Amino acid sequence: MQKKKLSNKIIFISLTVLTFFLYWYGKEIANYLDSKWLVKYPKHYSFPFAIYTSTFVKWLINDANFWLFTFNDLTRFFAWIIEQPYNIVLAIFSKGILKGQGQDAIQIMEPLSWISVVGIFFTLALYTRDKFLIILVVLSIVYLAVFDQWQSSMITLSSIIIAVPIGVVLGILLGILSYKSKILEKIITPILDLMQTVPVFAYLVPILVMFGFGPVSALIATIIYAMPPMVRTTLLALNSIDPQLKESGLMSGCTERQLMWKVLIPVSKPTLLIGVNQVIMLSLNMVIIASMIGAGGLGYDVLASLRRLDIGGGIESGIAIVVIAIALDRLSQSFANLPTLSKKTQKTFFTKYKKIIFLIFYIIGIYILGNFFTFFKLFPEELMINTSLFWEELVKYININYFDNLESFKITLLTFFMLPIKKFFLGIPWPWFIFIITIIGWYFGKTKLALLCLMMSIFIVTTGLWEKAMITLYLCGSSVIIASIIGIPLGIWAGLSSRANKILTAFIDTLQTLPSFVYLIPVVMLFRVGDFTAMIAVILYALAPAVRYTAHGVKNINNQIVEAALISGCSQRQLLFKIRLPLALPEILLGINQTIMLALSMLVITALVGTRDLGQEVYIGLTKADIGRGLVAGLCVAFISIIADRIIKAGSNNLKNKYGIK
Amino acid sequence: MSLSPKLICKNVWKLYGDNPKEFLKSHNNNPDKEIIKKSGYIQAIRNASLEVYENEILVIMGLSGSGKSTLVRCMSRLVDPTIGEIFFENIDMGKLSKNELIEIRRHKMGMVFQHFALFPHRTVIENIAFPLEVQGIKRKEREKSALEIIDLVGLQGRENYFPKELSGGQQQRVGIGRSLAVKPELWFLDEPFSALDPLIRKEMQNEFLKIQNSLKKTIIFITHDFDEAIKLADRIIIMNEGRIVQIGSPEDLIMKPADDYVKEFTEDLPRERLLSVKSIMDTKKEPNNSSTVYEDEKIFSILEKVLSEGSVSVLDKSNNIIGSLNKETVSKFINN
Repeated sequence: MQKKKLSNKIIFISLTVLTFFLYWYGKEIANYLDSKWLVKYPKHYSFPFAIYTSTFVKWLINDANFWLFTFNDLTRFFAWIIEQPYNIVLAIFSKGILKGQGQDAIQIMEPLSWISVVGIFFTLALYTRDKFLIILVVLSIVYLAVFDQWQSSMITLSSIIIAVPIGVVLGILLGILSYKSKILEKIITPILDLMQTVPVFAYLVPILVMFGFGPVSALIATIIYAMPPMVRTTLLALNSIDPQLKESGLMSGCTERQLMWKVLIPVSKPTLLIGVNQVIMLSLNMVIIASMIGAGGLGYDVLASLRRLDIGGGIESGIAIVVIAIALDRLSQSFANLPTLSKKTQKTFFTKYKKIIFLIFYIIGIYILGNFFTFFKLFPEELMINTSLFWEELVKYININYFDNLESFKITLLTFFMLPIKKFFLGIPWPWFIFIITIIGWYFGKTKLALLCLMMSIFIVTTGLWEKAMITLYLCGSSVIIASIIGIPLGIWAGLSSRANKILTAFIDTLQTLPSFVYLIPVVMLFRVGDFTAMIAVILYALAPAVRYTAHGVKNINNQIVEAALISGCSQRQLLFKIRLPLALPEILLGINQTIMLALSMLVITALVGTRDLGQEVYIGLTKADIGRGLVAGLCVAFISIIADRIIKAGSNNLKNKYGIK
Repeated sequence: MSLSPKLICKNVWKLYGDNPKEFLKSHNNNPDKEIIKKSGYIQAIRNASLEVYENEILVIMGLSGSGKSTLVRCMSRLVDPTIGEIFFENIDMGKLSKNELIEIRRHKMGMVFQHFALFPHRTVIENIAFPLEVQGIKRKEREKSALEIIDLVGLQGRENYFPKELSGGQQQRVGIGRSLAVKPELWFLDEPFSALDPLIRKEMQNEFLKIQNSLKKTIIFITHDFDEAIKLADRIIIMNEGRIVQIGSPEDLIMKPADDYVKEFTEDLPRERLLSVKSIMDTKKEPNNSSTVYEDEKIFSILEKVLSEGSVSVLDKSNNIIGSLNKETVSKFINN
């Protein structure tokens, strides 16, 4: 045992030394051996995945024929199905019912007035019986009207109202099917993995090509992006049901269908609602991104402002998205946590639906009033507040007064932290890098993981995107390092003090509610474009799990173990470093893993601020509508995150098994 | 107790593993314990045969992992046995179609679970009426039956509570009520009281006996608690490592334990409280004794009488003398 540990150490040290040696002298060696391919993968050996993919999708769209219908018919059919309810919801909230076409259309019925929408959300919030939440939700909706974001907000809201139910229903159905069939589960799990790791930008293009530019494409992209967690949650909820509960359903004489819909699904409802919350949040996360392929509304406003460098406008719309996100998040969360109370008395139809009946009368009343007083129809313009000038002045002020400080901060970090990491990743010869990754995979997960690492990194090298992948790694690596340096101590603090925990949780929750795109706005204002800006945005976005998992790991240690340590005479400091941290390590690793995942997904978005990594490649694919290019680069990103995920999870599990913690 | 078997298990095996049926076949349907383990299979039930008689309480006793739960699940076909036959009212359970099985469960079987397995999203009355609901019985009708059952299990006034608002004992009353909703003929209870506090457990056992006295069901009751088994059982089955070790009345187990395993269970029991006169009496008739005792009286209750009289005659239910009991036998039994 001792011997083995020692030899492991020797191998580890010698591999590290060799890595640095090759980083410094790799080029010379390659020159000496006259084999330049060692440092730079030769272009003519790269496999044209991108071209093949593009050709395939083109064939699919133009020529694929399934006897009765073409592939094109199929996509149009789906688009049509989604379009119908979307048009209805859009009419209710934003456009009103129109007669006629285009410019000559006459509005025959007004959309819901802002007061009615406030009423709807007020009624929804009433069900939670949470006073604070009711105020929050109402204020949020009023905010949208007061700050002149109403039109765009309602378009965004309409797309959420359509995307979320479709995502939830499809997710639950897929979850149920894969619960019933082990084979389907085996097929669907890796697909879900890919769907969650391939950056969104990558599949925007194929959707764009198949469904055209417009709100329907945006909805489809949103649904694809937001659905996977619902499938997983459903599967998890069904699999974790107490088997006795299932047996008691069977013994009561349930048919298979009754068992599913009368027992299993209702029992899983609390977990499923958490999934619904996730679908809502992810749909909101897509608002800005989806506007690249035709979603209007707030997302489009943000994107347009960013392109115009209209600072104030961008911040205004960005805040509106954040306001909607926070309101919907809290609302859906408290629905998930709604306690069931005993029904002491039987309810009549009226008492049961009292709130809804009131709401209907309220909306009708407001509608009638709206015909006489415009206040009830449209929020009066003279009361609206425009903040864009304020934001612009603020950013100007900061840039004028603190420019030097910000700039020196930026340059210091760039030269002493980021550039060395970049050089390191770009300097290692690719065969050696693949070898090391494979060795690491083998160390943590034996042959299976080693093979996975090997295949995936070979894929990346053969696409000819190795250099860009290394830049992605460097950006991701530096962001994760800083996020961990900030996040882990914060997490420890939160784990030790319940007051700190409360404050930090509120902070972190808000950070996680914000759509990823929103993070770009302030950092671009302060640091302009470039790798540094990208890194700061990534850190902000990816910080949350490092804090949360650490806090959880430090806090949730068996109380008896803590008592045993105290009885043995540990000081608080010893307790932390000798007991809590080692035991929390597996959990902290999982937190870092999540941070890496978030960082990678954010990195692709930061391509907009001019990074030269895989994200940029994906983004170029998007702007040039080059399906293959975007997808292949997207797959590379997915593979990087899958490799990182599998290795860290294996490491965490090894530790957990060693300590015997579940 | 009539002696017609309600349920019969014949050579039931249950193995877990890749292809247990083939494996059993290739080993002559009787593989060694070691071979099973070595081949990567897990033995849950090993060659179990038994009969359950009408209106009896049959207790299946064993420690955790002894296969008792699996055996009961084979009887209700929640689990399919690997091989072996199970007859319920002379119907071969193994040959039932899905729908036939559902029909049987809807009308003839009820089951109570260790952790209650109540539906958390349904109130007490909705839980109890659930088996009727899935049969498609109208709301009014099923709630009427459910209310009767709520009376029977003593939950009046709690009809509209949700399970989590009830104590453990009350929750199991709901579980019992639900299993009785279809008026089953075969009633499975899988460690129904194990999750309860000792005092509540005792109360529930008494309640259970009361219910059984009025309903007269055929009962298969699982427990790992030997005291509980002795208290409730007409007959006890002792299981160990998937095998049925012994089937018999509580007295049989105490007087004639099949092996050391059974003996270990019975050793520390207050035998004079459990055994009746019948099990130690001398069957040679000695009609000369002035005082008499009945054969089914427990020994501790006649102790004083025998010790002071020296010898007593034993009577059966119709007052015929069937044997005698003297001081020496009793002292020997007590000191044993």
